[in-house]
Formats: sequence, C-alpha cells, structure tokens
Amino acid sequence: MSQVAEKPMVFASALDKRPTGGPRWLDDLRSRGAARFAALGIPTVRDEDCRFTNVSPIGAIDFTPAGQISGTADRLHGFAYTDAPVRLVVVNGRFDTTLSRLKGLPAGVHAGSLADALKDYADIVQRYFGQLADVQTRSFTALNTAFVQDGAFVHVPDGVVVPTPIHVVFVTGSDAGHVMVHPRTLVVAGAGSQVTVIESYVGGEGETYLSNAVSEFFVGENAGVDHYKVQQESLAAFHVGALHTHTSRNARFSSHSFSLGGRIVRNDAVAILDGEGGDCTLNGLYLADRERLIDNHTTIDHAKPHCGSHEVYKGILGGASRAVFNGKIIVRQDAQKTDAKQTNRALLLTDGATINTKPQLEIFADDVKCTHGAAIGQLDDEAIFYLRARGMTYAEARDMLIHAFAGQVLDGVAVEPLRAALEVELFEQLAKDLAEVDGRS
Amino acid sequence: MSMLDVKNLQVSAEGKEILKGLDLHVNPGEVHAIMGPNGSGKSTLARALSGHPEYAVTGGEVLFEGKDLLAMDPDERAREGVFMAFQYPVEIAGVNNSYFLKAALNAKRKHHGVPELDAMEFMQLVQEKAKLLEIDKSMLSRAVNEGFSGGEKKRNEIFQMALLEPKLAILDETDSGLDIDALKLVSSGVNAMRTPDRAFIVVTHYQRLLTYIVPDFVHVLSAGRIVKSGGKELALELEAKGYGWIEPALAGR
Repeated sequence: MSQVAEKPMVFASALDKRPTGGPRWLDDLRSRGAARFAALGIPTVRDEDCRFTNVSPIGAIDFTPAGQISGTADRLHGFAYTDAPVRLVVVNGRFDTTLSRLKGLPAGVHAGSLADALKDYADIVQRYFGQLADVQTRSFTALNTAFVQDGAFVHVPDGVVVPTPIHVVFVTGSDAGHVMVHPRTLVVAGAGSQVTVIESYVGGEGETYLSNAVSEFFVGENAGVDHYKVQQESLAAFHVGALHTHTSRNARFSSHSFSLGGRIVRNDAVAILDGEGGDCTLNGLYLADRERLIDNHTTIDHAKPHCGSHEVYKGILGGASRAVFNGKIIVRQDAQKTDAKQTNRALLLTDGATINTKPQLEIFADDVKCTHGAAIGQLDDEAIFYLRARGMTYAEARDMLIHAFAGQVLDGVAVEPLRAALEVELFEQLAKDLAEVDGRS
Repeated sequence: MSMLDVKNLQVSAEGKEILKGLDLHVNPGEVHAIMGPNGSGKSTLARALSGHPEYAVTGGEVLFEGKDLLAMDPDERAREGVFMAFQYPVEIAGVNNSYFLKAALNAKRKHHGVPELDAMEFMQLVQEKAKLLEIDKSMLSRAVNEGFSGGEKKRNEIFQMALLEPKLAILDETDSGLDIDALKLVSSGVNAMRTPDRAFIVVTHYQRLLTYIVPDFVHVLSAGRIVKSGGKELALELEAKGYGWIEPALAGR
C-alpha cells in the first residue's frame, strides 16, 4: 500500500471515465490495466527501465482522452507514404472508415477496425489480444489497456501471401486542449502466410499530445512478416510505443523503426522467438535534434533452439538532443545454436548531444553465438579528408558520410515508395540540423 | 614558369617539426622521385602539399601555377589539379565506389565550368580507364576501398588519378606492400598518363618502383631537408649503398 501511495495519481479523472462495453473479457482487461496503472504510476528515473529517460513531463500535463477532430484528411499530408494504396487510418484512436482504403487485398485477408473485429472476429481477437502486451510491469501498457477501444486489426489466413503492403496510419490531433490516445494494433499471420504491415504515427505540427500505442504481432509457423514503424509525431508530442512479436517454428519477422518526430519518444520492441528455426530482424534509425529525447529499448528473447536474430540501430543526434539505446538479448537454457548479432551506432553532430547505450546479454545456453558492438562518435576525420582530397567540399564530404551512415538502415526497406519517401524526409530534416550546426561553427 | 615552387617549406605534425626548410621546383612533364630513410619527412611533404589538416605549415611558401597553394582548402587544391595517391587509402563504409568517383569527377568539372557528366558518359569513361588498371565491376559496385586488398586499394588510387586527370600527381609510397604484378600494373597506369603538361612527384622508400616509373630527377630527403639531388642514376646508387652514406654528407655541412 505504501508503494502505491508514493506514486502521484495521474490521469485519475480520465481513468474514471474510461471506455466500457464489448465482450466481458475486454472489460476485465481494461479494469486490470487501470488497476495496474494506478499501482505503477508514471515511471521515474529511479525505475531501472527508465534510468536515462525522464518521462515525468508526461505526467505533469493533464491529458484528456481524444475526441473527434476536424480536417482529418488534410492531417495525412506531408508524411511518408500516407498515400499507400491499402491504408487503414486511425484518427485519435478510432478507426476512420471514410479515410481508409481496404480494397485490393487477397480473398480471406481481413484488414480493418479493431472495434469491429471484436464482434466479427471475436474468437481470433479473444485468443490473441493482450497475450503479449505486458500489463503487469509496463506502466504505459497498463494505461493503454485501461483505455482499449479501437485500432487496427489484420488477419491473414494460412498460406495466403499479401502482395500489397498494409499501411496503418495513426493520426493524433486536437482542436483544443492536450489529448492522449491509446491505439492498439493486432496482426495475426497464419501458417505459411506473408504480409507487410507499416505503422505510421503522425500528428498536428506543434501540438502537444500523448500517443501511447501498443502493437501485437503473431507470426505463424513458416510465415513471414515484415513490419515498419514510422514515427513522425509532432515535435512537441510524446510518443510511447510498445511492439510485441511472437514467432512460431521457422517463422521470420523483420521490423524497421524510423523515429523522426516527437519531443520525448520511448520505443519498446520485444520479440519472442518461440519456435525452432525462427528468425528476427530488429533495425532502427532515429534522428534527434533540439532538446528532444529518443529512447529505444529492444528485447530479443531466444526461447527455442536454432533461431537467428539481427539487430542494427543507428542514431544521428544534433542540438542538445539525447538518445538511449538498451538492447537486451535473452538466450534461454533450451535455445542452443542461437545466432544473435547486435550493432548499435550513433553519430553525434554537436558537443551538446548525448547518448546512453547498453547491450544487455543474458545467456543461459552454452552452444550459442552472440555478438554485440557499439560505436558512438563523430565522423571519421580521415574519411572526410579523403573525400576532400578528391575535390568535395567539407559540407559535401560530411553529407556523403552521414547519408551513407543512414543509408545502411534505409536500404533495408523493401517497400520502394516508403524507402524513397523516408529518404526525402530524413535528408530534409538532416539538412536543417546540419545548417544549424554550420550556423554555429 | 614552373608548375610547382616549394620554397623553404617548414611543416610540423603533432607539435614536432618535420620539414625544416625544403625547396623543390617541378616543371610540367617532369617526374621527380623523393627518396629517403624512414622518418625523413617524405610522406609529410606529400600530405602537406595535399592539405592534410594534421600537418601544420609553419614557414615557407608553395606556389602551384603561380597561385598560393597553402591558402587553398584541400578540396580546392584537388579541383585545381593536385592529386595525391594515398599511402593508406581510407575505407568509406556505405559509399559506393562509382558514386564516389562520379561525385569527385563532377566536383572538378563544375569547378572548371565544364558540364557534369551524365550516367552514360560517366560509365563510358570509367570502362575505358578501368581496363588500364584491371579494375573489375565488383570493385566499382563495392563501398570505397572497403574489403579491398592492399593491391586493390593502390590500383583504385591510380584509377582515380586516371579519371580525374590531375596536372600534378603526388604518389605517396604507392609501391609499398605491392607484389611485382600489381607494381607493374600500377606503374603502367602511371606511365600511360605521362604527358608534357603533367608532372609527378613519386615518394618512395625503394628504388624498385623507379625501374618501372623512370624519374627525371631524384631527391634524397634526410631530417626534413633535401640533401642530395640528381638524375635517375642516383636511385641506383642509393639502392646499392643504402642511405647511410648520405648522413655523413649532411653532418659535414
């Protein structure tokens, strides 16, 4: 009891008015989420998991649950690949049928509103929903769960290959006041199926809001799922996102995360390799400037033998920005012949930028291959000189090296229009950051 | 007018004076070999001329075609036509070799007001020059120098020189670490570029390279100064006697 009392109660009135209805199990889950959030509160820097990320500013703002907003179609403009042929648009946490484009998917594939799926795909949703998300220990997941109402649901039946990427765009905005949204994504890919799901998080420029998302991906036996997360929230917004994936035997999951926006951003990616022969890729690229903070926490849990995991996270930091990278790899006692590789690199463009990075290997099996490497620093002076000695100006040489640095993650994007759009976004933002660096020197 | 006039050049690196007043005059069409024992300042001369930021010029002057070379940034020197083949070519992860070559070539063309090459023209030029140095397609599509063998790196340097067609080429120990076949290949690449209006400064520790690239002048550097100059026969003399006999000559001055 005393532990509960230590944490200040936040969002209390919002929690009192949290959504109800739907199946009984869901109501129970919401109540459990609310109770756990009340007990956990907003994490502080005394919590090991948030040691370098002070999220207390989130608790200091009295966010209210988001309602409807005006001009939503316009709010999709200016973000990467929001004109995708198949797109699910979720506005302030509610699925928007008018803005969504659901045609062109193979027979049997379902992509649409999670609220509808609670009725139309009741069995599947009940079987999978909330099975991976950690309500017990993760405060923001508990908060999200208390407010579960809607989001995106994708179901691919066994053996079906979906050729067109499914783009889920989460739009957050407010006509007045500070709002918070708690969207959910549930993707269930059946045995032998293949699908690409892109999640984009966007918001009104300059608006202060909290986007607190939870996504769960289930990859069936011998299935392949490619996931992209594009975070382009308002530069005044807070983004907390938890991605949980479960892969079965011989399944393959890849995720590429691009964090371009947000004032305080916390991404958690937790992948469980729960069948022999599974393979998981978690790559990320983040760009921070000003006083922004981007925290990536990844966990790859090798629960079964003969699985591979590959992880490359790269950051480019300017201004007085901060980044955190924590890469946990667990190899369970059973998981012999694990092959895990983790690389984490960050480029600091200014003296004021900082990063805290930590690989965290917990290995309980003895016949495994685990490597990790971290490199933090400035651009290589010798490389700059080499390029200049071939006639390129300092700025040209520097830009070429920075683009090459980012390109190694960008080139992993298999959806070409998304890759091209991200390249433009990324390099435009970089050009601004570098102009600022040049202005100071 | 000579192409390069180095007068009383003094250069320090890491606070230590290395070149202590060096004079060198190079005319168009000439090949000058700079020889000398380890630590005599050979590579310092090459790097100072190319504008490496860790080599501080503390005195003297360098004129390139009458212009103050030392006042130019390294990239400006390159665009003006000074090329240095690196002793240790730098690996540049993530930058495709042919993309890099095109950027370098077009930087120079832009500087001289010549239209930039399009992809087609560039590839034609590359194929023509690549043959000469046996540069294969894979070397062009890989990242600059990344995973290249020692010989491949040096060939890539001379290949860049062939593409960029400098007025003055400085080869910084291009022969070090090369087997005889690679040495012949690199040398024939250099010889093919010898013209009446192009000059070379060949920095080397060994005479071996100079049997393939025959110099017009040989200078011996010791303790930061040129202590002896002569024709190509001086290189043979050095090969036979070593550098030891130079040092007393210096001591007796």
